Amino acid sequence: MAALEDEFTLSSGVLSAGPDGLLGVEQSNKTDQFLVTDRGRTVVLYKVSDQKPLGSWSVKQGQLITCSAVCNFQTGEYVVVHDNKVLRIWNNEDVNLDKVFKATLSAEVHKIHSVRGTEPVLLFKEGAVRGLEALLAEPQQEIEAVLSDGEVIRWTKLFMVFRHPVLIFITEKHGNYFVYVHMVNSHTLSKYTLLRGQEEKSVIQSFTASVDRKFISVMSLSSDGCVYETLIPVYPTDPEENQRVVSSLLLRAVVSGSAPSGVALTVLDRDHVAVLGSPLSASKECLSVWNIKFQTLQTSKELPQGTSGQLWYYGENLLMLHGQSLTVIPYKCEVSSLAGALGKLKHSHDPGIQVMPPFVNWEASQGDGLGSQHAEQPRRILRRRKIEVSSQPAVPPSKQLLTTIMKDSEKHIEMELRKFLAVKTPDFHAIVGDLVTGLLGRCQVEPSFCPRNCLVQLIQTHVLSYSLCPGLMEMAVKKTDVQLLQLCLQRFPDIPESVTCACLKIFLSIGDDSLHQAEIDMESVFDYGDSVQGDNVAAPVDVLQNGFSPEGDTCLSCCQEVPAKPQDAAAATPTCPVTPQRAALLNAILHSGYSEAFLLPHLKDIPAQHITLFLKYLYFLYLKCSENATMTLPGIHPPTLNQILDWICLLLDANFTVVVMIPEAKRLLISLYKFVKSQISVYSELNKIEVSFRELQKLNQEKNNRGLYSIEVLELF
Amino acid sequence: MGEFKVHRVRFFNYVPSGIRCVAYNNQSNRLAVSRTDGTVEIYNLSANYFQEKFFPGHESRATEALCWTEGQRLFSAGLNGEIVEYDLQALNVKYAMDAFGGPIWSMTASPSGSQLLVGCEDGSVKLFQITPDKIQFERNFDRQKSRILSLSWHPSGTHIAAGSIDYISVFDVKSGSAIHKMIVDRQYMGVSKRKCIVWGVAFLSDGTVISVDSAGKVQFWDSATGTLVKSHPIANADVLSIAVADQEDSFVVGTAEGTVFHFQLVSVTSNSSEKQWVRTKPFQHHTHDVRTVAHSPTALISGGTDTHLVIRPLMEKVEVKNYDAALRKITFPHRCLISCSKKRQLLLFQFAHHLELWRLGSTVATGKNGDILPLSKNADHLLHLKTKGPENIICSCISSCGSWIAYSTASRFFLYRLNYEHDNISLKRVSKMPAFLRSALQILFSEDSKKLFVASNQGSLHVIQLLEGSFKHLHAFQPQSGTVEAMCLLAVSPDGNWLAASGTSAGVHVYNVKQLKLHCTVPAYNFPVTALAIAPNTNNLVIAHSDQQVFEYSIPDKQYTEWSRAVQKQGFHHLWLQRDTPITHIGFHSKRPMHILLHDAYMFCIIDKSLPLPNDKTLLYNPLPPTSESDVVRRRTAHAFKISKIYKPLLFMELLDEGTLVAVERPLDDIIAQLPPPIKKKKFGT
Repeated sequence: MAALEDEFTLSSGVLSAGPDGLLGVEQSNKTDQFLVTDRGRTVVLYKVSDQKPLGSWSVKQGQLITCSAVCNFQTGEYVVVHDNKVLRIWNNEDVNLDKVFKATLSAEVHKIHSVRGTEPVLLFKEGAVRGLEALLAEPQQEIEAVLSDGEVIRWTKLFMVFRHPVLIFITEKHGNYFVYVHMVNSHTLSKYTLLRGQEEKSVIQSFTASVDRKFISVMSLSSDGCVYETLIPVYPTDPEENQRVVSSLLLRAVVSGSAPSGVALTVLDRDHVAVLGSPLSASKECLSVWNIKFQTLQTSKELPQGTSGQLWYYGENLLMLHGQSLTVIPYKCEVSSLAGALGKLKHSHDPGIQVMPPFVNWEASQGDGLGSQHAEQPRRILRRRKIEVSSQPAVPPSKQLLTTIMKDSEKHIEMELRKFLAVKTPDFHAIVGDLVTGLLGRCQVEPSFCPRNCLVQLIQTHVLSYSLCPGLMEMAVKKTDVQLLQLCLQRFPDIPESVTCACLKIFLSIGDDSLHQAEIDMESVFDYGDSVQGDNVAAPVDVLQNGFSPEGDTCLSCCQEVPAKPQDAAAATPTCPVTPQRAALLNAILHSGYSEAFLLPHLKDIPAQHITLFLKYLYFLYLKCSENATMTLPGIHPPTLNQILDWICLLLDANFTVVVMIPEAKRLLISLYKFVKSQISVYSELNKIEVSFRELQKLNQEKNNRGLYSIEVLELF
Repeated sequence: MGEFKVHRVRFFNYVPSGIRCVAYNNQSNRLAVSRTDGTVEIYNLSANYFQEKFFPGHESRATEALCWTEGQRLFSAGLNGEIVEYDLQALNVKYAMDAFGGPIWSMTASPSGSQLLVGCEDGSVKLFQITPDKIQFERNFDRQKSRILSLSWHPSGTHIAAGSIDYISVFDVKSGSAIHKMIVDRQYMGVSKRKCIVWGVAFLSDGTVISVDSAGKVQFWDSATGTLVKSHPIANADVLSIAVADQEDSFVVGTAEGTVFHFQLVSVTSNSSEKQWVRTKPFQHHTHDVRTVAHSPTALISGGTDTHLVIRPLMEKVEVKNYDAALRKITFPHRCLISCSKKRQLLLFQFAHHLELWRLGSTVATGKNGDILPLSKNADHLLHLKTKGPENIICSCISSCGSWIAYSTASRFFLYRLNYEHDNISLKRVSKMPAFLRSALQILFSEDSKKLFVASNQGSLHVIQLLEGSFKHLHAFQPQSGTVEAMCLLAVSPDGNWLAASGTSAGVHVYNVKQLKLHCTVPAYNFPVTALAIAPNTNNLVIAHSDQQVFEYSIPDKQYTEWSRAVQKQGFHHLWLQRDTPITHIGFHSKRPMHILLHDAYMFCIIDKSLPLPNDKTLLYNPLPPTSESDVVRRRTAHAFKISKIYKPLLFMELLDEGTLVAVERPLDDIIAQLPPPIKKKKFGT
C-alpha cells in the first residue's frame, strides 16, 4: 500500500525562498543528497538523512542564478547557469563560485538536465539541445533556434530510454501546446501537437511524465482539476511530419483549479501519482497520492502552511516547499496483496517493532557498529522528532509529573509518582532520569524539600544508574543519608570509585546511635549472635580443611613477641567488631564493583583507625567464611570470599605504611600474615602432590572405563 | 521399539592428526584445514560447518602453509619444498612444483590474489605469478641469513614483512630489497632465550607490522621507521600464530599453552578518534599448541596439536541468536571410516596407513535394559593390512559376506579376496587392476557381493563384476558432459538394482544397474549431502543433508514419499535441527521396513515411520519413562524419533540383525592419552 511517512524539514533559513518558490531541487551523485537552488543566488547541498546542509555556494551580488544546479553524475561536479548565459562548474572542495570554471555561452539556457548514466544536457530557450561536453569544447558555438516566435517552453524532462538520453519538452503558443521529443545522441527531433478534448478552455498547470519502453506517458494537470494522460511514442514513425497526439482523461477533479499558489503533479510509480494542491472540499493545501489504476485516493497529507506549488520526487522522498522551509515526505509503496489487505497474510516485518538483538553490541552503541544499525539511524531521528511534535498538543503524564515536582508538596508528588510508576511507558528509562533530575534540582533550590520516599521509589525501579542522575548520590553523601546510599550501592551498576570511597568513609565514621535510627536493609547480614555458640567447634575445622595447622608451624617462634596468647587469639570466639547495621552498609560496599587502579588513591584518604576497623571486620568475615566447607557466609546475598580477600588486599596495599604503625592493628596484621603464610605453604604442598593427584585421577578413570569391548542391552522406548 | 543387544566397540584406535594450518576464504565462506599428515580438508561454513571435501595426506608432504588465491584456488606448501595446487572439483592434486629453496616454511598470497610468495629454509623469499593453469617463478627477493618462517603482504601490495629467526625484514616488492631489519628482543621476563623465532607477522594498511614470537610477545612495529612501538608479553610459552580481520579492527593470536587471545582496536576514551590495540578476550579451548588461527568476519577459528578445530563466534558480530552463535568444536571427520560385514559380524577400520579387521564377540546370555552381558567369545583382531607407499588411504570397504576388501590411495586401487577356514584367514590380492581404477573416492560392494561400485575422481562411476578371484569391468557411468565433479557418496539398493551417487554440490543421481543407465536425479537442495542409503523392499532413497534435513525419495516413483512430504510439512523438531554434527551413516534392516537408523557423533536415532511425528512441543529426547506409567500415556507421548545419546562420540553404528546393533565409540580421553603431553601449567597458586 502506498503510504506517506512522517514529514520532516530540512533546516530552513539557509534558503531565501521567494514567493515563487525554489528554482529547483536536483539529485546529487550520492543518494539522499540533494542540490537545492533558490530563486536568488544560492545553491545548497542537503543531506536528507542528517537533515542538514553539507555545503552552500552563492554567486556574486548582482548575479542571478537562472536555472537550477545539477550534478554531473559522470564526474561528480556541479553545474549551474547564472545570468542566463554563464555556465559554472565546481565540486565539493570549491568554496567560492567566483573562482570556479566559467564558460560564457552564446545563447540563453532554459534548463540543464542530468540523469545517471549520461552527461548533462542543456536545453536552450530557443529549443536547441546540446550535451555538456560538446558545449564546453566550443562554448561560443552558434545555437540554432528551433522554436517559432512566441513559443515558450513550459515543461521539460530528460529520460534514459535503453541507455539513450531522450529529452522531452512541452511548449505553449497562444494556448496551444506542442510536445518535442529530442533524441540527444542521434539529434533527431520530433514534434507533436497536443490535441485536447473537452478541456480545451482550461489551462494546463502542471506536467509530469514517465517512460515505459516505447511510450512516454505525459500527464498534465489542468485548471479544471483533472489529470489527463497523453502517450507519445519514443521512436517516431516519421520524424519529419508534424504529428498529433490526443490526451485522455485519467483522473477527474483531484484538486480545485483555483489554488492560490498553483498545483503540481508528479508520477511516483507505475500506478501512483502525487498531486499537490487544495482538494475541492477543503481550502487548505494538501499532498495526495492517487492510484491511477483504480482511480482511488491512497493517502493524503495536509500542508497547512501553504506551498509554492512545486513538487519534486527523487528516490523515495517527495520534496516541497512547506511554508518557508523545504520539507521532505518519504513515500513508501510496499507490495501488497489482497490477502494482506484482508488481514489474512502476516506482514513479513512490522517496521514498528524493532527486533532487539539478544546480544549487547557495545561497538554499535558507541556509534561505529554494523551497517544495518546505521541504516536505522534516520528512522530513529524521525521517531524522536515525532515524539517532540506530539508532545506539544497533549501534555504526556511525564511532563505533568515534572511540573508537579516543580511545584507541589511532597505528599502530592509521592501519590502522582506512584500512579506514574504503575504504567510503564516505552521511554520509561529517560523519564525516570528526568524525574530524578527534577527532584534533585528542586532540592538544591529549596533546602527544606526532601523527597526521600520518592527517591527511594525511583531507585527501586531498577532502571536508574549513577550516570543517569549523578547528583543523587552526592546529595545523599552530603546529607549522610546512609539508607539511600546503601540502596544506590545495591542498585546502581556504575558508581565511580571516588563515590564508593566517600560512602565507605561515611559508613565507617557515622555514629552508632544515628545508625540505629536509620532503616537499613539487613538482608546481607546474618545473625552474628546466633553463630557464636558454634564457633568454638568450628574454628579448628578451618584449620583441618587447609591441611595445615598454624599452631604446629615453625613460624610460631617468630611470633613470640606477640603479647597476647596466640593460642587464644586463634581459638577465641570471633566477635563482630561492628554493629549489624554498619555491617550491612559495609557489605553493600563489598558488593559494589570497582577498578583497583581507580580505587586505591581514594582509599589512602581514609583515617587509619577506620581502616583498622574495616580490616577487623573483613578478617572477622573471613573467619566466618572458613567455618564451613563451602567457604561461604550464611544469609541471603552475603559477601563472597573473593570480595572479602580482595578488599583486605586493597586496604593493605593502600594503607600498609600507616596501619603498620598503629599498635592496635598489630595483632590483626600478625594474624593476617600467618594466614597468608599458611596459604602459601598449603599451595606449595598442593603443587608437590599434584602429580600424585593426577595419577589418582587416572586410576579413577580406569575404574570407570568399561573396557574396550562389551555387549550391552539397550531398550529404546 | 524394543530391546537391542549392542556391541559396544571402543577398540578403534583412531587418532586424528593435529591441525597445522587453516585458511579462511571470505568469498565462498569456506575454510581449508591442513593436518600434520598432509591431509587437507575443506569446510563449508555456510552449510553448517560441514566438511565437504578432503584431499588425502602423503607422508612426505608435510604442509606448513595453506592459502587461497583469486578464483578460489587453493595452494599449500611444505617441508618437501613443493608448492601444491589442489583441484577442488576432481578432488586431487593438480600439480606440485618445487620452489628450489629447500623446505618451505611460509607462503602467502598477494592482496590481489594473483601472486604467491614463499619463504624458504635457505633464507630466500620467492615470488610466483599465478597463471590460469599453473604458477610461474618470477623472482627472488634479497636473500636472508636464516629461514623465513612467516610472511605478510601490505594490503596495498607494495611491501612485505618477513619473520625470521631473531629479526623481521621489510621488503619493497618492486625492488625486492630489504628496506628495514627489525631485531626482536630475545629476552623475556629477564630470562634470555637462545633464539627468538618470529612465528607470525601481519602487515596492516597503516604500516604497522604485528609480530608474534617464541618469547611469548606480541609486538607492534612501525615499518616506516623500523622501530618497536609497543610490546605485549602475553604468554610464558611461544606465541605461534596470528590472523587479522579484514577490517583490521581486531586480530587473534594462538599460544603454545593452548590459549587464544583476541586483540581489538578500541577507542582510548569513548567518542575519541584515538584508538589503541587492547587485549580483550582470552579463550582456552585447546589443551595443546594452537598452531594456527584464522579470523572470519564473525568468528575466531583456531586449530592445533590437540586435533580440534574450534570456531568461536564473536558475540558482538552475531545479530541473531541462531545456531551460528554457538561454539563449534570439530574433532572427527564427517565421513565414515568404518565398514561392516553383517553376515560374518566383521568390522573394517580405516586408518591413515593401514586397515584393521576385527571380528565381534558373542554372548549367549540375555538381560534387561542397561545390563552388560558376559561374553562367551571376545572380539578378535583378525587382520592388520599395511599400505605400500607414502600415501594415505582415501576410502575402504568390506563386502557384506566378508570375503572382499577394497581400498584406495591417491594413486593405487587394491582389491583383496579373503578366505576363511575355521580360524585361519588367507588373503589374496587381486592383481592387474585396470588403468582407470587408479584412485577411488568411494567404494561400495553390492549386498550379494557380486558387484563392486567405484567412484573415481574423474567423476565416473565404475561397475565391476566380481568373480571368484578375478573381476570383469561391466560399465562406467560417465558424468554429465561438462562437469568433472567427483562423487563422494554411494548407496546401492539391497536388491542390487539401483545405485545412488552424490557429489559435493550437485544433486543425487540414481542409476539403474540392470539397464546401466541414469534413472533420475533427485531435485537439487542447497545443502550438501552427508549420508545416503536405499531402503530394502521399497527402494526408498534416504538422504541426510548438512542442515540436518532428512528426505525420503522413492526411486521407482521418482518422487518424494508421502512420509517425507509429511515431515517437511510439519518441519523437524527444533532440537533436531540444532544438532551440530552431521549424520554420517544411515542403515536399515530388511525385517524392519518402517525403521531408519541414523547417527551423528553424539546420538543415534531410529525413526519409526509408523508413529506420529514430534512437534516442537513434544519432548524430542525422551528419557526412559517410569515403569509405573500406564501404557496409554506412553503410547500417547510416543513419537517417531527414538533417540539415544548413550554412546558418544559415536563414529559408526549399524544394525547387524533385527535385534543387534554395533556401535563404535572413540572416547576423547583415549585420544588425549595418545597426544604428546601439553605444556605443564601450575594448577595451584600463581
